[in-house]
Amino acid sequence: MALDKNGIAQRIAQELRDGWYVNLGIGIPTLVANYIPEGIEVEFQSENGILGMGPFPFEGEEDADLINAGKQTITARKGAVFFDSATSFAMIRGQHVQLTVLGAMEVAQNGDIANWKIPGKMVKGMGGAMDLVASAENIIVAMMHTNRAGESKILKECTLPLTGVGCVKKVVTDLAVLEIKDGKFHLIERAPGVSVEEIIAKTEGDLVVPDHVPEMKL
Amino acid sequence: MNKVVNNVEEALDGIKDGMTLMLGGFGLCGIPENSIAQLVKMGVKDLTCISNNAGVDDFGLGLLLQGKQIKKMISSYVGENDEFERQMLSGELEVDLIPQGSLAERCRAGGAGIPAFFTPAGYGTEVAEGKEVRIFNGKPHILESALTADYAIVKAWKGDTEGNLVFKATARNFNPMMAMAGKITIAEVEELVPAGELDPNFIHTPGIFVQRIFKGEKFEKRIEQRTVRPKV
Repeated sequence: MALDKNGIAQRIAQELRDGWYVNLGIGIPTLVANYIPEGIEVEFQSENGILGMGPFPFEGEEDADLINAGKQTITARKGAVFFDSATSFAMIRGQHVQLTVLGAMEVAQNGDIANWKIPGKMVKGMGGAMDLVASAENIIVAMMHTNRAGESKILKECTLPLTGVGCVKKVVTDLAVLEIKDGKFHLIERAPGVSVEEIIAKTEGDLVVPDHVPEMKL
Repeated sequence: MNKVVNNVEEALDGIKDGMTLMLGGFGLCGIPENSIAQLVKMGVKDLTCISNNAGVDDFGLGLLLQGKQIKKMISSYVGENDEFERQMLSGELEVDLIPQGSLAERCRAGGAGIPAFFTPAGYGTEVAEGKEVRIFNGKPHILESALTADYAIVKAWKGDTEGNLVFKATARNFNPMMAMAGKITIAEVEELVPAGELDPNFIHTPGIFVQRIFKGEKFEKRIEQRTVRPKV
């Protein structure tokens, strides 16, 4: 069965490594913080100016001055630090953050990503996404494999305005884990109970499929 | 040097139609809400506003949008504001969307006397159109220019009579860079204390960047996305 948003987050959490600083985007990526594997320590950076982001506050303890990049009220962990926006993006551009997880509307087989604009319809802005994808060495995209109409979002070429070029190396969807190498998607794992045929059918971009495709272990 | 002015009216004196303003804040966090209310009262028009976001429909910069006081917005993210989206899609409002890190650095550069810099952010996208591209360490970068403003309006937690500022938590965000980049910088603060009361070791923005400081009358500090977990 295809994964839900929490399942995607749970699979991405397996990519976390001890000692990493991690930036989580808005939406599915935020959920990754709920599934940190036991025995490892990571620090979450939110680009509006905190390192050491903790869970949501208890009811009645929200602080309007303490939010994440999704504008949600949060808490600060012991050892947390606040900083201004220029310092925050120095951490990001300067590659001091080891992993970036973000959502996408489209991803292409050359690693291009589009997630900030639908011309004539939706223009919210790129926020920090362009800075993040242009600089991060390790980017994982969390997304649904198809749109609501069932059309593939895993493409030969992006159709929407780009957020970054040739930057995505790994994609985790509700159906599969894909790697991008040599201008192609490579099928690494499939969601529990999802067939290789279904993934092939729902992937518009070129997909390299090995003889054996293991199921994700969640 | 005493930078204190008596109230928001005195603080914003001199702001005129057509000027460029920087306004600190991220979402509704750390915005100079008393000054925004005063800009609405003053009715100044044709403003160019440099601010990471545009508020929501009935708070923050959304209030200036409702009154059609803004001609151009320079921002990185403008979701959550229907009137903004309507004015932008209809062409009434000019909008320059720039990556958040580039926006922060352009303000910082403007205040620091650096006219332009190269960044990888936005290369290969709409943002790069018309901008010089150069390769450094094998990677393409685009040239971004500094931003300055006629007035920068920032919000701090504590300030002293010298204009030294301390921010609280993530309400710091764009405020320190914008304070540097204003020809005249106005700081509204929750607590205004005599010089000497703030520990010089823990001041975020040195008073040299601030020309006017006042204690805000009232801070609503609206929360945009209240997220909590139940008490066990």
